[in-house]
Amino acid sequence: MNNLDIKVKVDASGLACPLPILKATQAIRTVGPGELIEVVATDPGSVKDFPAWAGSTGHALVESDSANGKYRFVFRHK
Amino acid sequence: MDETISIVLFSGTDDKLQAAAVLAAGAAALGRPVKIFLQYWALDAFRADRIMTDHGLVPEAGAAGKAAVDAAAKAGQAHWTETLRMAKELGEVDIQACSASMDILKLQQSDLDPLVDGVEGVAAFYINAGEGQIVFI
Repeated sequence: MNNLDIKVKVDASGLACPLPILKATQAIRTVGPGELIEVVATDPGSVKDFPAWAGSTGHALVESDSANGKYRFVFRHK
Repeated sequence: MDETISIVLFSGTDDKLQAAAVLAAGAAALGRPVKIFLQYWALDAFRADRIMTDHGLVPEAGAAGKAAVDAAAKAGQAHWTETLRMAKELGEVDIQACSASMDILKLQQSDLDPLVDGVEGVAAFYINAGEGQIVFI
């Protein structure tokens, strides 16, 4: 919620697993190394899925928070 | 470690196909190669002329289960074919028809949906699976 320079924002609200990580995979491919994407999801699985996705793909999870049933993640392209 | 995930699809009900599509797509999103081998009723469900028809649910779903699945579909849950299509776009997902099942069901590859990449036998399946995990659904 600060002044991060986010290149692409993905709203995966209302989507069930595995669509949020598929949308994130699509989005991260549209940015270059070092650039940021933001993903918002409501799937409770996201809380564990996105750190696992980041760990496996090598993209860095820069920020995550949640409010009102929405989970927000910011990733930096490796 | 061999990261390839091989999924043998035997059952042709929509719930099992949906579950399999989720597993395949998740693995693809993690960057793992996915091999899907279609046998029997799963293969039948990939026939081009009936892939989008209602393939039913497993018996334990019951009426309440069917209502829940129908509600999820109505709420916009992606159909398993759509999930597989996305998985193929995003990652390395190869879908092969079991040649013996093709023979039993009297199918040619031209009878199958374009999601299916080819036809192979069980030896090719094992060679491609390598040391990776194999899941049977």
